[in-house]
Amino acid sequence: MPTAVPIRFLLGDELCEPGGFDPHTTVLEWLRGRADRRGTKEGCAEGDCGACTVAVGERRGETVRYRAFNACILPLAALDGKQLLTVEDLAEAPRPGAALHPVQQAMVDTHGAQCGFCTPGFVMSLFTLHHRHRNEPDRPVNRSVIDRVLAGNLCRCTGYAPIVRAARRSVDAAGPDRFEQQAGRTAQRLAALERGDDARFTHDGVTWAAPRSLAALLEWLRECPDARMVAGATDVGLWVTKQLQRFETLLYVGEVEELRRVELTAPDGPLEIGAAVRYSDALDLLSAHYPGMREMLLRLGAEQVRNAGTIGGNIANGSPIGDMPPALIALGARLVLARAGAEGGIETREIDLEDFFIEYGRQDLRPGECVARVRLPLPRPDQYYSVYKISKRFVQDISALCGAFHVRLDGERVADARIAYGGMAGVPRRARAAEQALLGQVWSEDAIEHAREAMADDFEPLSDWRASSSYRMLAARNLLRRFWLESASGAPQRLVVGA
Amino acid sequence: MDKEVRQSPAEPAVHRPLPHDSAVKHVTGQAVYVDDMLEPEGLLHVYFGTSPCAHGRIGKLGLDRVRQAPGVVAVLTAADIPGANDISPLHRGDEEILASGEVHFAGQPLFAVAAESRDAARRAARLAEIDIEPLPAVLDIETALERESFVDETHEMKRGDPDAAIESAPHRLDGVLHMGGQDHFYLEGQAALAMPQEDGDLLVHSSSQHPSELQHLIAQSLGRADNAVTVEVRRMGGAFGGKETQAAQWALLAALVADRTGRPAKIRLDRDDDMISTGKRHDFRTRWRVGFDDDGRILGIDFELAARCGMSADLSGAISDRAMFHSDNGYYLPAVRIRSYRCRTNTVSNTAFRGFGGPQGMLGIEQVIEAIAAHRNLDPLAVRRVNLYGGDGRILTPYFMTVEDNVLPELMDELAEAADYPARRGEVESFNRAGGVIRRGLALTPVKFGISFTTAFLNQAGALVHVYKDGSIHLNHGGTEMGQGLFIKVAQVVADEFGVPLEQVRISATRTDKVPNTSATAASSGSDMNAMAALDACSKIKRRIAAHIGAEHGVAEDSVRFDSDGVWVGAQRRDFADVVLQAYLARVSLSATGFYRTPKIHYDRETARGRPFLYFAYGAAVSEVEIDTLTGEYRLRRVDILHDVGRSLNPAVDLGQIEGGFVQGMGWLTTEELWWDEQGVLRTHAPSTYKIPVASDVPDAFHVRIWERGDNREPTIHRSKAVGEPPLMLAISVHSAIRHALTSLAPEGVLAPLDAPATPERVLLCAERLRSGA
Repeated sequence: MPTAVPIRFLLGDELCEPGGFDPHTTVLEWLRGRADRRGTKEGCAEGDCGACTVAVGERRGETVRYRAFNACILPLAALDGKQLLTVEDLAEAPRPGAALHPVQQAMVDTHGAQCGFCTPGFVMSLFTLHHRHRNEPDRPVNRSVIDRVLAGNLCRCTGYAPIVRAARRSVDAAGPDRFEQQAGRTAQRLAALERGDDARFTHDGVTWAAPRSLAALLEWLRECPDARMVAGATDVGLWVTKQLQRFETLLYVGEVEELRRVELTAPDGPLEIGAAVRYSDALDLLSAHYPGMREMLLRLGAEQVRNAGTIGGNIANGSPIGDMPPALIALGARLVLARAGAEGGIETREIDLEDFFIEYGRQDLRPGECVARVRLPLPRPDQYYSVYKISKRFVQDISALCGAFHVRLDGERVADARIAYGGMAGVPRRARAAEQALLGQVWSEDAIEHAREAMADDFEPLSDWRASSSYRMLAARNLLRRFWLESASGAPQRLVVGA
Repeated sequence: MDKEVRQSPAEPAVHRPLPHDSAVKHVTGQAVYVDDMLEPEGLLHVYFGTSPCAHGRIGKLGLDRVRQAPGVVAVLTAADIPGANDISPLHRGDEEILASGEVHFAGQPLFAVAAESRDAARRAARLAEIDIEPLPAVLDIETALERESFVDETHEMKRGDPDAAIESAPHRLDGVLHMGGQDHFYLEGQAALAMPQEDGDLLVHSSSQHPSELQHLIAQSLGRADNAVTVEVRRMGGAFGGKETQAAQWALLAALVADRTGRPAKIRLDRDDDMISTGKRHDFRTRWRVGFDDDGRILGIDFELAARCGMSADLSGAISDRAMFHSDNGYYLPAVRIRSYRCRTNTVSNTAFRGFGGPQGMLGIEQVIEAIAAHRNLDPLAVRRVNLYGGDGRILTPYFMTVEDNVLPELMDELAEAADYPARRGEVESFNRAGGVIRRGLALTPVKFGISFTTAFLNQAGALVHVYKDGSIHLNHGGTEMGQGLFIKVAQVVADEFGVPLEQVRISATRTDKVPNTSATAASSGSDMNAMAALDACSKIKRRIAAHIGAEHGVAEDSVRFDSDGVWVGAQRRDFADVVLQAYLARVSLSATGFYRTPKIHYDRETARGRPFLYFAYGAAVSEVEIDTLTGEYRLRRVDILHDVGRSLNPAVDLGQIEGGFVQGMGWLTTEELWWDEQGVLRTHAPSTYKIPVASDVPDAFHVRIWERGDNREPTIHRSKAVGEPPLMLAISVHSAIRHALTSLAPEGVLAPLDAPATPERVLLCAERLRSGA
């Protein structure tokens, strides 16, 4: 192994090189332990309650962009080259009488804290809203924006109303805070932390490596085919905090330049999305090309999860209930897989995304291979496309089922139909019988009824805590009806979340 | 203390919307919870291993690998407990700290492991080789009733002849309602830190609503007297009833380890383990039969309530009692029988949760009201109105308490008008007549909630107040702070008693060595009782000062007044600090304990008659929803609430309780679903699978008002009313509104058979039943 290249980051204003830590260490564990910052709380240790929310600053040219993350599942080593802000950083000084940050003051003024345990997390989420509003003053901060920013923060005391008031008040009252005033300088300091080499270190027999190129990543994979790849850690984090799993090598893909690109290779497509592209970075582009995907993307996880989670991760982990696979399969996505080739080269192969999922827990992934990118055809004007997510709670919930519908008409008749579901089988899967029932038929209620019946041949869903088998089947059929109603009427036939 | 601030005239603090005393600490991350405390040298971390099986006989508890795991210092089983292995709050001996012999639910603690780090303790705990011989498990209410498996005696209330009244009524209906439980989901999980003291005594910091009970249980487990243990609670990160009895087990494990090893010991539960191994709100099955007249007026009613109590009694008796006490909600029931079964099941022992059975009682009668309305084709609000308490002889509850303070008729009228109920009901129905995928529903539901512990002896509270010779004040009382704003409310009362600025009153952590023998901070009674006790302490000190200063000035003791601009001795104004110093120099005691016992209350179980409550708190809510009839998804569109808190001690705190209580209740009735598998293992044990409301579930049109005309005819503290629990039940309006939306799919006269929680699945399956006419 090459010599260690330790990670370093800014903790508030201080340069920090923690050194000597197990690569499994989460930001939260480190903050509350060695960093002696106990303002950040653990509510669930699985990225679902937001009590541990911190802001992570990344350089964007001359300035810094802050985003919310769940510290409980964020590997400390993933902070390399970034700035970490916690609740202790916001006020002028962490002592009574010191001037509060506008979001803190607003939370006091609106009685936004009762027991106070979730409060530091809310404060940090509100801080990122405040920051974004200062940087993009033209984007309105309406209730749905506030809801989106707060979706990943659970409060059991207040009923949220005062926190929403605090969000509005803090944005109204916004002047430049000291982070904005220092943004140029902070960006310079972060630029100084950037480097050409790959961060890597070993502690107690556990190795962390963060290659910066696909070739380097694949080289690591060739040498350690059992390395645990880590992207957003929104799944891997839980294996560590809940199942207490340990890995010999953690291979972080978040710095691999080629995997973070989103690009149109030609004007008429396809759209190529790197496997390490985070939801937050793909959301606007995907929504622009595929408006039918937008609502699902906004309901997938919450801000903290979308800031960390990657599209490649959602595919590679092979979950039967991930929301991206059905959405992409319905579009006819292709998957590019890569592994180290001869003489330092890269060997790739391309498959239909649906073929990647062989059965529950098993994917078409060869030793040393990784998911590199998704290739998406651009939409055509004669097609309808929608993705519908059904969950117990409207936002920030794992789907009971997710249906993606893609139909192209030739005149009145269905020329092409691709229907894919998550949550209906051990893998994300197309409803082939339903599709067949539609092909060549007039796009009508009759055809829909036949397709709904045909779906009995497609799925035998499970019953579990998210939904019973009968609900899944009924809702899956009804979603097809919803799709038809919406395509026929041109108007939403569902509960519309805020724009 | 800032001298200038202290000497400026104080504005009265009571009735003002002051921020929570810890607000600035909350928003800066400086508020200290148990796990945030500076860790003492030599600290051990405690974790535990549990039963994987719902009912069985423990064969072999193989703990060698646990003992040998890295970092492990001690492993404890039931055999290592020097005193009583019992955490029953009623001392029934039906719930062990660590199971011996048999296990009674999946998730029941079997052993504790102490290690040098929390990670080491958690890893070690998973290495146990547990051999349990399975026994038949009773998992649900139906099976428990069949087998007569109960934790407590069946209780019955009866007035008049309900069977005859139902039989002879012009209309009769019956029904059944299943209600799920609810996890507390306090954001701060269970935690405790035990520190050895001299002579083997212990100081225990715990996130607990009931320090006195903890103190006693710890002492009992160690075979020591209560005075060997001190429990301190500064604040909790939420509790909601989930830390009334449920904090004990974990504090006990920390205490046992500290006692055994002589080292400080801390325990903090992981969220999943917390949800698996601690009790929740009781699920209920309510059956009813009702007879009524053409106007929907109830003539006779018969309720059968069955609660799933879990493996032990815990507080299930009192919770079931409170469900019975609230089976009338705000309605007069002329002839009534309420029978309550307390079912023992092989599931975690269910426990206190905000409302304490009241919500389940109320949800039953509200379903009856709506069934009557559907049957008679009446607006449910009209049926609610004709059944309200009031009018000739219609003031007696099923337990023979006279309702003296009913304000529901006027409060509901005011709310209906403010929320524009009649017009909106019309709009909703015409919207639904269009027959689209989306349907709307609107409902107004009332709340009448009895205030006092129904176990009479618990209605006592103590306080300790010191006035230091510089005029600063130290306040302590038996109530605990869990975010509900108790500390600020009591401090407001104390500041005004002495006429000093609020800043001059120092709030301190609840400790069993300052105020002994306290009751749990529960039953919404925290400020009612503790503020009264603090007031009593203040009065004693004031009387002593007044006697001395009055004598010095040659005026009568009662001519000395403690006002916001100073101490008035006859016509002369003195600074509070001067008077205090003078009293000190004259050797007047400036420290006092205070005590309060709630007057008037009594209940005789034999006859099921009495006055269990000092007064009632009232409120009402209007909720409007829309549902998607293809998926069962729903959204809350608008909420209007009017709630009676008497004369509010702190309107900001009270508003927070109302808003927060409503949303928590909405969670119980909508998305919060506890799901056990066929083996009796809870599978929704983390926020990824158990879904409490988030910000977007609360509509922008959320109009919450404290009722301006609110008062309390009983002489409570500044005529305020308790506010902790009552607002939770305002959320019944959401359930009713969803039912109303579903009713648009139903044939006339049919009530949508909607159980709780109304998950999208239940809503859709209910819609399907209605559409298919089943």
